Amino acid sequence: MNLITKDPKAQSDTAHTGHPTPLTYFKIALILSITTAIEVGVFYIEWLGHGIIPVLVILSGLKFGLVALFYMHLKYDSPLFSWFFFGGLALATSVFIAVLGLFKFFVAQ
Amino acid sequence: MLEAGADPHGENSEHTTTGLNHRKLLMWAFLGSDCMFFGTLIGTYLVSKGRSLVGPYAVDVFDIPVTSVSTFVLLMSSMSMVLAYAALTRGSLKGFRIWIASTAIMGMTFLSFQVFEFYEFANHEVHFKCSTPISDLTEHERTFIDKCAGQDASHEVEEQHGLTPRTNLFGTTFFVLTGFHGAHVTLGVVWLLSLLFYSFRGGVTAKRNLDVDLAALYWHFVDVVWIVIFTVVYLFGVFPGF
Amino acid sequence: MISLTIPIPKRPTHPTGIWNWLTTIDHKRIGILYGVTAFILFLTGGIEALYMRAQLATPEAEIVSPEVFNQLFTMHGTTMIFLAIMPMGTAFFNYIIPLQIGARDVAFPRLNAFSYWTFLAGAIMLKSSWFLGGAPNAGWFGYAPITGVPYNPGHGIDFWILSLQILGIASLAAAFNFVVTIINMRAPGMSLMRMPLFTWMTFVTSLLLILAFPVITVALIELMFDRFYGANFFVPAAGASPLLWQHLFWIFGHPEVYILILPAMGIISEIIPTFSKKPLFGYPVVVLSGVVIAFMGWMVWSHHMFTVGLGPVANSVFALTTMAIAVPTGVKIFSWMGTMWRGSIHFSTAMLFSVGFVALFIIGGLSGVMHSSAASDAQQQDTYFIVAHLHYVLFGGSIMALLAAVYYWFPKITGRLMSESIGKINFWLTFIAMNLTFFPMHFTGLDGMPRRIYTYGTEMGWDLWNAVASMGAFLLAASILVFMHNVVRSYRKGEISGSDPWDGRTLEWSISSPPPEYNFAEIPVVETRDPFWAQKRDSVATARVGGGSGEGEHDIHMPQPSYWPLVVSIGLLIGGYGLIYNVAVAVVGGAIALIAVYAWSFEPVNEPEEH
Ligand SMILES: [Cu+2]
Repeated sequence: MNLITKDPKAQSDTAHTGHPTPLTYFKIALILSITTAIEVGVFYIEWLGHGIIPVLVILSGLKFGLVALFYMHLKYDSPLFSWFFFGGLALATSVFIAVLGLFKFFVAQ
Repeated sequence: MLEAGADPHGENSEHTTTGLNHRKLLMWAFLGSDCMFFGTLIGTYLVSKGRSLVGPYAVDVFDIPVTSVSTFVLLMSSMSMVLAYAALTRGSLKGFRIWIASTAIMGMTFLSFQVFEFYEFANHEVHFKCSTPISDLTEHERTFIDKCAGQDASHEVEEQHGLTPRTNLFGTTFFVLTGFHGAHVTLGVVWLLSLLFYSFRGGVTAKRNLDVDLAALYWHFVDVVWIVIFTVVYLFGVFPGF
Repeated sequence: MISLTIPIPKRPTHPTGIWNWLTTIDHKRIGILYGVTAFILFLTGGIEALYMRAQLATPEAEIVSPEVFNQLFTMHGTTMIFLAIMPMGTAFFNYIIPLQIGARDVAFPRLNAFSYWTFLAGAIMLKSSWFLGGAPNAGWFGYAPITGVPYNPGHGIDFWILSLQILGIASLAAAFNFVVTIINMRAPGMSLMRMPLFTWMTFVTSLLLILAFPVITVALIELMFDRFYGANFFVPAAGASPLLWQHLFWIFGHPEVYILILPAMGIISEIIPTFSKKPLFGYPVVVLSGVVIAFMGWMVWSHHMFTVGLGPVANSVFALTTMAIAVPTGVKIFSWMGTMWRGSIHFSTAMLFSVGFVALFIIGGLSGVMHSSAASDAQQQDTYFIVAHLHYVLFGGSIMALLAAVYYWFPKITGRLMSESIGKINFWLTFIAMNLTFFPMHFTGLDGMPRRIYTYGTEMGWDLWNAVASMGAFLLAASILVFMHNVVRSYRKGEISGSDPWDGRTLEWSISSPPPEYNFAEIPVVETRDPFWAQKRDSVATARVGGGSGEGEHDIHMPQPSYWPLVVSIGLLIGGYGLIYNVAVAVVGGAIALIAVYAWSFEPVNEPEEH
């Protein structure tokens, strides 16, 4: 169970510090901005209907993941940190999806 | 209220079982815990969705373009934060100060947007022409349709009907959820400004960067929570039939 | 050094007397503070229970009014869970965990002091409600909407909300501290699978706590907004579902019962092997069951809500998950029995209490499996059968284990043995009285006697068993007096124990009793499970457990005492009362806490000149 030691694989676009360069951060920021623009844009496209829901969930999940992995350095840091964070996140998500299910939230009104 | 622990070597200590710093581990455990905190608030919001008995509702008050702008500002503040940390570890104290100041300013901009938004919602006005087809009116606006009785089609109904935590279940769950997020942002701004002032007293250096690292993690967390809130509360909030 | 503009009192580098206790950040002293405080609060919760048993001893009694009875059961439950069992567990976490993992303190000593003072602040706040217009009266789970202002206009519920919030801060701070301590401060060689079971269960409990408490924190915040600011979270008239409160409460509440019982299981898993002279049977499986229990604890909360009408599918799912969770629990019981099997058992008082735990916990577990069936639970919900079940697991379980822990670790803490002869009287009295009190509740419960009623008519036919239960309760109080007598007597003139009176297995027995301030003169190197035992038995050549004289005592830098944790807690206490009575006072309390947090974060762990 080697949860704790650092991932030895060197990342392609990282400097010697093991962290990405400012250029990577700019690229991420660009993706985040474009994704937000797409989210708002998709939102005004009415022909998607209910298909908009999974699209928006995936797009915001992408943004969430980029910030967590790169800006919060989870991709480069100890996996133990990821266990704490994504563990809490997964628990919160699954428990409250179950609660919403019990409140018949997913049954079409 | 964080401290370096019983280990006198303190900062960036390698003298721990895992080689990880105590405070950084604490920070991640806290963020995992805070996921449950916001999970519960968002869960409450969703459970209560559609149960309000009176308006105004999300469709009546939300202004997606405005909130998109404040969302963009908060996203960019995350980039600025990560650049502040990168500048510090490179040894550029000047770069660190510029970027952390701009992060704090963007945080305050986001908060101003939120204050503006709360104020707008609290003073929300129902405003429509009596000539509008009923299918184009929101559910809330329709409850004012009797104001058109005996008036000609060009008459405009104008009613002050604000949204507060007391108005309805939507107001309660919306303000408390976004309010607690705003409180997190406020704490983050105070933290960032404290670090900025601390850097002028020599408390923040390229080697002593852990305080900045921890503040950055907190700041990014506040950002990802907003990413979820923007989609789940705002975009889904005005989406018809959801 | 940083010079702040506000005048800061000089740091208490070598305080004496009361200041020593007020500013201590030594985990052992904080452990003692936790233990003594929690025991006093346990007595207050016991007195509340005795009032109720006196009222219920005979039909149509008028010892307390119905209003006071409601406050009594609410305060009894809240006290025993949050002010007695949890902090008594924390007392042992504090004292024992750093010793078991070979550390000199916890990871955040000042945060640890803050946890204790904040716990005390929450306790003062909750208990003071008795004298400030009436205690909370909505049951320990405070179901909506009876906690709403229309049904509960007094301040009782406000005290309940705010004190639980303050206690939550204390528990969370402690849990973060222990998670980091256990991950990060283990002695070299102590891998996860070499950790003592008590350390393991503390770790699991702390993880549960940091994930479960935010849920109740949010639920209480929501209730607070409803009560203080007229919000609508749980107001049915505004369309809200009061069931949401039940869900949030039990999403927290079921993990909470494991927060109460897992430390007890950890304690038992230390004591039984020691007095059976055998290593724990199936160590990896016991660890795994603890982890599985904690994980599955998140999937069962609706078994508290079988009668609210969730529908057959939901009820069946939660019934199945609840039944499934009995499996890892059963595994643990078999491994304790397997440990005793063919062991050379020495029935010390600590061992008696541990075996008593196993027996009573089995009874409580079996009645738990009975109401895991939704159909059966429909007959048992809100009856005394549930009261019987929960007292078998919490008194027969948690409290028996905590008493065992006192008998087991008292020599380490004080350097003196507790009297075994009084201890045996103590055990048998507790064991008999406990069954006398709670077993009859199975009968009255199945006979339909509801919980939380303040009296009953003689025609119901419940007179006999209620009289027996009340007798048992007073006998139980007598057994606690015997326990107190034993503690005080042994503390004064108990036999000197030496460092290792039980032929202990774990590292805490390798150092003197009581341990020196720095615990280990030299940090031990661990090469096996039960390291101290291995060293004594096989004299593992390279094991360097305890002893050693690498560095002199004066070379060890311990973190220094601090005022600030205490000041932050005082600020929180003032803030709590302020929210109830006067917002200006709340602002003052908040400002005190904030200033103290700043002073704290600029205060180094050690003054540089001391190095
Ligand atoms: Cu349960």
